[in-house]
Amino acid sequence: MIMTIAITTPLQPAIVESLRAGDEVLISGQIFTARDAAHKRLTELIENGTPLPVNLTNQIIYYTGPTPAQPGKVIGSAGPTTSSRMDPYTPTLIKSGGIRGIIGKGNRSPEVKKALIDFGCTYFVAIGGAGALLSKSITSSEIVCYEDLGAEAIYKLSVKDFPVIVAIDTEGNSVYERL
Amino acid sequence: MNGNDSISITFCVTFFETGQVAAMKTISYNTVVNAVHNICIQACYNLPDDVYDALRQAATTEQSPLGKSILHKCLQNADLAASDHLPICQDTGTAVFFVTLGDGVRIDGGLLTDAINEGTKLGYSDGYLRKSIVNDPLFDRVNTRDNTPASIHIDLVKGDILSITVLPKGGGCENMSALSMMKPADNKDSIIDFVTATIKKAGGNPCPPVVIGIGIGGTADKAAILAKKALLRQVGSSNADNRYAALEQEILLRVNCTGVGPQGLGGTTTALAVHIEYAPCHIASMPVAININCHAARNASVEL
Repeated sequence: MIMTIAITTPLQPAIVESLRAGDEVLISGQIFTARDAAHKRLTELIENGTPLPVNLTNQIIYYTGPTPAQPGKVIGSAGPTTSSRMDPYTPTLIKSGGIRGIIGKGNRSPEVKKALIDFGCTYFVAIGGAGALLSKSITSSEIVCYEDLGAEAIYKLSVKDFPVIVAIDTEGNSVYERL
Repeated sequence: MNGNDSISITFCVTFFETGQVAAMKTISYNTVVNAVHNICIQACYNLPDDVYDALRQAATTEQSPLGKSILHKCLQNADLAASDHLPICQDTGTAVFFVTLGDGVRIDGGLLTDAINEGTKLGYSDGYLRKSIVNDPLFDRVNTRDNTPASIHIDLVKGDILSITVLPKGGGCENMSALSMMKPADNKDSIIDFVTATIKKAGGNPCPPVVIGIGIGGTADKAAILAKKALLRQVGSSNADNRYAALEQEILLRVNCTGVGPQGLGGTTTALAVHIEYAPCHIASMPVAININCHAARNASVEL
């Protein structure tokens, strides 16, 4: 049976660990965007022992690069991008950045899956190519850092009932392995 | 006739083999800029009817409840994008253009490719579309901030036609492209296996259900362009050659049996259509290129 579960950020470890692959989840609270270029910068900071420009402990990273907001709008279209491109950086961000959730699309590497299990982080997917629909669950948006990266800057988004599906849970169960 | 008139005639007439004199059709640079501006925005906001209908059909036949629900959300997303004037997807892509240019057309006031790039720049700005192009692929990777340069392919034909089609191509599905330099000993089964393996490996990355463009023949570069061009055919239309049309259907069936499904989360709808384009090739070769389009298979055209 498909369950729909509402969760709020910052995430509580016990709640993260209770989610199972295939669960439909509605996220509310604040989430942070980051994609390729921002991941490169964040992991370089971690490797050099430099503090991150944003506290990601118990937070969710959303792999998205939204379109610019039209006048009077909070944000443009904002659907997920392909997660596997972030695979080289993700274990570091889970281990040393303290993130507890990730939203993207598509399957992850064995290294990422191991980090999800070892450090209690859940991998969610949102519907790729449905950026207009997903933008309706975003109630505010502000740039936190890396403005020079344009669409790849890190934004803090406030979300209300943002719809996702648990793709890989903290036990390592994966929707991609049921196929 | 004064001097200016004779200069004008020199530039504005062309002599066909029949000896008849025909006037060149002149299209201003700004007309091209404006047309390109408009189709960039139109393509990103409005899902073409053929794609929408294919999604709607898939939503009725999809066997997985989750897959069905995803397909309905894709349709809802397209409706919302059109009604609220929002990009269908945040990845408004590389602006890929296919241009058909007649030999009887002259662009007044500048180069056609410059006009297309300028139209792209203005369209992506005015339409609040995402700028996704970096200046250098390997070292700098600095965003050009206006989504140029566009990728432009021009076919020269006889006549006074200028038609421009834009295909905003997302990075997620473009990254799943593949090329196999097959040999004459390969056959249609080799192609079916190659396409099926490529689609399985791509999984949810290219945002299935996808449209699969396949280019067979030519050279490596030619096959790749044919594969992309195949994406522009009416979704579900068949190749005019019955043998290729049958192969399209066979591949579609095989791909939809992989179980990848909508968003790679399982189901019976992995592809909406398979389109093959082919070209003559070298005696030693049989290049096969695959270009995949996401379910937001956007394009728009204008004829000037």
